[in-house]
Amino acid sequence: MTASTSPLLTVEDLRVTFPTRTGEVNAVRGVSFALGKERLGIVGESGSGKSQTGRAIMGLTPGHAKITARKLAFGDRDLLAMPKAERRALRGKRVAMILQDPKYSLNPVSTIGRQIVETLKTHEKISSAEAKSRALAMLEAVQIRDPERVFDLYPHEVSGGMGQRAMIAMMLVCGPELLIADEPTSALDVTVQLEVLSILDKLVAERGMGLIFISHDLRLVSSFCDRVIVMYAGKIVEELPSANLAAAQHPYTRGLLNCLPTIGTDRHPLPVLDRKREWAL
Amino acid sequence: MTSAISIRDMLVTYDGFPALDHVSLDVGVGESFGIVGESGSGKSTLLRAVSGLTSFSQGTLTVNGRSYPGRRRDKEFYQTVQMVFQDPYGSLHPRQTVDRLLLEPLVIHGFDNIEGRITRALDEVGLGSGFRFRYSHQLSGGQRQRIAIARALILEPKILLLDEPTSALDASIQAEILNLLEQARRDRNLTFVMVSHDLGVISHMCERLAVMKTGKVVETMPAEALEKREFSADYTRQLLVASEGFRRG
Ligand SMILES: Nc1ncnc2c1ncn2[C@@H]1O[C@H](COP(=O)(O)OP(=O)(O)OP(=O)(O)O)[C@@H](O)[C@H]1O
Ligand SMILES: Nc1ncnc2c1ncn2[C@@H]1O[C@H](COP(=O)(O)OP(=O)(O)OP(=O)(O)O)[C@@H](O)[C@H]1O
Ligand SMILES: [Mg+2]
Ligand SMILES: [Mg+2]
Repeated sequence: MTASTSPLLTVEDLRVTFPTRTGEVNAVRGVSFALGKERLGIVGESGSGKSQTGRAIMGLTPGHAKITARKLAFGDRDLLAMPKAERRALRGKRVAMILQDPKYSLNPVSTIGRQIVETLKTHEKISSAEAKSRALAMLEAVQIRDPERVFDLYPHEVSGGMGQRAMIAMMLVCGPELLIADEPTSALDVTVQLEVLSILDKLVAERGMGLIFISHDLRLVSSFCDRVIVMYAGKIVEELPSANLAAAQHPYTRGLLNCLPTIGTDRHPLPVLDRKREWAL
Repeated sequence: MTSAISIRDMLVTYDGFPALDHVSLDVGVGESFGIVGESGSGKSTLLRAVSGLTSFSQGTLTVNGRSYPGRRRDKEFYQTVQMVFQDPYGSLHPRQTVDRLLLEPLVIHGFDNIEGRITRALDEVGLGSGFRFRYSHQLSGGQRQRIAIARALILEPKILLLDEPTSALDASIQAEILNLLEQARRDRNLTFVMVSHDLGVISHMCERLAVMKTGKVVETMPAEALEKREFSADYTRQLLVASEGFRRG
């Protein structure tokens, strides 16, 4: 059991570096935060290291990358020192991540239904019939219109938003304590988006799940999360309570709020950011 | 109005499931046309049928005055029509460098000044030359999406089919890409068909839009109607309400 004093997740000075042909890419450059049973939003520029932060927590960083941290702990368990097998057992069961690229992450040669059933059977002792009915119920919960049909479809046979929801269903079916959701609703139309968010919301409120919600949609994040971290060039440049976005200080965050196209405003061209070199220092 | 794309009564089925259920649409030359609608309603299928990636079993398709009854598309078609896919992971080969991805279409279509075009294309989507020799699996989601856009624009098509082109991008880069697309459209009199679930983006970019639901077009209207709330379909209203953000219980 997790000691009540330590938070669900502790990240201190996390760094992720990739060697490439043209030199090192410092994708994450010293990120620190702690997460309780709450909704934490991470927004930030494309390429700022949001996904790589999530992947490092999960242990899904590509093998040739270098990861360091002063501390990376799930409860009081050190994630970096943990044996690989133990970490694998944690993944999918107690910690789960909805990846940004659902179709890429789903197995192309297995049907959606079979993949959810397999996930369940890896982590729980249950019969095939029970697994199937739980998988169908989960697909229904993520607002798939026709769960029986979609159960038997292959990933290339579903639409963008359906693939994303299939991935969500697979990650939620085991009831994780920590969920990292990377752009989980970016391919969903707004009505479905809100329904998926209420499912996540319920899991946080009723089951005490901790949620890291990665998104580029500041409007959405601020209406959904308790607090928001803003990333730029591999670092956290600002942390804000969601209710107080207007108090944002960093010019990147302030700029973001200003360049959204909205119905009823006529701004051509849209204002763009004047990125300053010192933001990336 | 002369049509860039004209679709009549198009039917696409998968195992008897109608993904497009007798859809008719006209997009004028130089027009920017939006498509919104529920997930799974057939938006991507529509673009894929125009591009010849999916076949339709009934109806007709005319692009730039030429009729395309089957799935066959020739070189001339791809010089006229380019598509940016919803899923940049699937559409860019992961084991190819950015350079290769941009070079290949230029070579196939016999373009000159290849070096200059690649440099400019990367520049336009806000990715400097530092990205040129990266493999696509070494890019973030939004960086990949920008390569996909650069790849479509580099061939200077007349018609661009854009499937959620900015949904993977943060607002600052979205603004840059939308400005770039608008500029390209003005300069070259391009025609756009743009799928997005963001009504703000559609109303910013498009003159008219269609609302889809369960394989059908339920409503076609001018973009100003969104602002004035002059629409009839209930679903359009739901979309508009939902676009205002999350409300807790
Ligand atoms: N395998 C890799 N090799 C080299 N660089 C990489 C690799 N994977 C990612 N990167 C780089 O790391 C940086 C951070 O990537 P990450 O995917 O975390 O961005 P992100 O904030 O999630 O962006 P987006 O919003 O576009 O998804 C990017 O600049 C990306 O190009
Ligand atoms: N190859 C296929 N086999 C079976 N069904 C398919 C296939 N391709 C698409 N479909 C079905 O057609 C329907 C429409 O899919 P489409 O991708 O056009 O939706 P969409 O409107 O683009 O949705 P989204 O907003 O989620 O991307 C979906 O129900 C999907 O499952
Ligand atoms: Mg990402
Ligand atoms: Mg689609």
